[in-house]
Amino acid sequence: MARLARLDLQPDERERLALQLGLVLEYVGRLAEVDLEGVQPDVPVRTNVFREDQPDRPLSPEAVLANAPARQGDYFRIPRILEED
Amino acid sequence: MHRLAAHQLLPRLRDRQLRARDLLEQALGRIGRLEPTLHAFLHLQADQARAQADRIDAELDAGRDPGPLAGLPVALKDNLCLQGMPTTCGSRILEPFVPPYDATVVRRLQAAGAIVVGKTNLDEFAMGSSTENSAFGPTRNPWDPGRVPGGSSGGSAVAVAAGMVPLALGSDTGGSIRQPAAFCGVCGLKPTYGRVSRHGLVAFASSLDQVGPLARDVRDCALLLGVLAGHDPLDSTCEDRPVPDYPALLERGVEGLRLGIPRAFLQGLEPEMATSFEEATEALVGCGARLVDVDLPHLEYALPAYYILAPAEASSNLARFDGVRYGLRVSGPDVAAMMRRTRAAGFGAEVKRRIVLGTYTLSAGYHEAYYSRAQKVRSVVSRDFQEALARVDLLVLPTTPIPAFPLGEKTADPLDMYLSDVYTVGVNLAGLPGLSVPMAPVRGLPAGLQVIGRAWDEGRLLACGQALQSVRPYHLAQPQAALFDGGMA
Repeated sequence: MARLARLDLQPDERERLALQLGLVLEYVGRLAEVDLEGVQPDVPVRTNVFREDQPDRPLSPEAVLANAPARQGDYFRIPRILEED
Repeated sequence: MHRLAAHQLLPRLRDRQLRARDLLEQALGRIGRLEPTLHAFLHLQADQARAQADRIDAELDAGRDPGPLAGLPVALKDNLCLQGMPTTCGSRILEPFVPPYDATVVRRLQAAGAIVVGKTNLDEFAMGSSTENSAFGPTRNPWDPGRVPGGSSGGSAVAVAAGMVPLALGSDTGGSIRQPAAFCGVCGLKPTYGRVSRHGLVAFASSLDQVGPLARDVRDCALLLGVLAGHDPLDSTCEDRPVPDYPALLERGVEGLRLGIPRAFLQGLEPEMATSFEEATEALVGCGARLVDVDLPHLEYALPAYYILAPAEASSNLARFDGVRYGLRVSGPDVAAMMRRTRAAGFGAEVKRRIVLGTYTLSAGYHEAYYSRAQKVRSVVSRDFQEALARVDLLVLPTTPIPAFPLGEKTADPLDMYLSDVYTVGVNLAGLPGLSVPMAPVRGLPAGLQVIGRAWDEGRLLACGQALQSVRPYHLAQPQAALFDGGMA
């Protein structure tokens, strides 16, 4: 799960988390008691919102890239993605 | 001056008995004296605030109207974006982040003439009920600095309770405005889902999050809600509905209103909290309301459903913090390792717990048993509320089962901490408005009466809170911080 969530966990952290999440899952398991025959899942947003597709002034690249941990020109710079052969 | 509510300060500012700059200097002075004890703030912008106050004074001197909040110092929870000031969300992963834009609510505050003095402490990414989960240290309760202020909007509640600022903004995903308001003896309102724009609020659980006011009394909540509420094209869930004149609705009272009490759900309430609650409801009966027992048979399942749905949404929302575009980056040999290391170093324990929990309940094989089931439970909880609110005008119950607890008491047991939200989360699942108003103290600590109403019926909630306040003015009590402030002044 930690890998799927892109989190490196220390062994002691992993152990504590497994224990705590076990307790939380046991608690939320109470939902099995509820009779949900014929119940639809709640959709919190009840209306679709539409608008005209109009051009707007976006943030400047400079404003956005000011927060970049690493940049190269107008790009975010990141470590390599693909394994080398 | 720190004892006055916003609605008492405004006429003094308008008739020039009081200058915005002087009010600001008093607020900054009080913040400076109390911060070492309380730690309500993460960032302050004294110079920008002074420039704004001078501008407001110039406008008022010239006889112009700079807006309904002109000259009032306000504080923002640090998960709301203000251009040029860090937005950390109480997290190391956003420590270097300075947003390039303003949240819609911030723009509205500024357009109303309010002066933002700074950003307040919170549980990391608003995940918590005590403000102990902040990467930058806990905030303390002005009524007893050995106790928590509640959370996650603990810094905003303390800033108001301690008289640092008259008004503050919080966000409420499962009780994060109402619970700290109750713990600190102030008023807090979680608006109907869609009443206030979420644009520029860092998302925790998008289907539950709402921004709302924290203030010294109900009238100030009404005033601030009127400024915050209304359509925003930048948040597609923010509905285009007229915004009532909330302060004008305050004096409608509760004469003839039916107030529902979910007695079965409140069984086992500790005797002193029960006594405080009974006293508040009897006071409302004295104002002309009638009490009706109501049954919300599924409300006890709101908390377990919440602790599936909110972490699930969080695990998805927090995927964006990956070290690529902003915030912390811990380098690694490839991009996946960089992301894993960045997130490991940047997130605190509670955020990691919720991300892993949410990833688990959304994963193939468990989605049906957890996430889908919780969504259906959300439906039946919402239906319970609808049916109850068809029979009565408002629901009333305590905001929290217990008053503020000592720092450190619940940090080792996440589940015990989660139970702090047992009376508040249902409102978020159902998308309804909820108000917390001070009621009689419990063991010398503040307690809150929670008033819940139909969607878009904030006016009636506020009128009920106002009725209680007019006969039981517990909101006027001053916390201990006022004593040591007086001693040092």
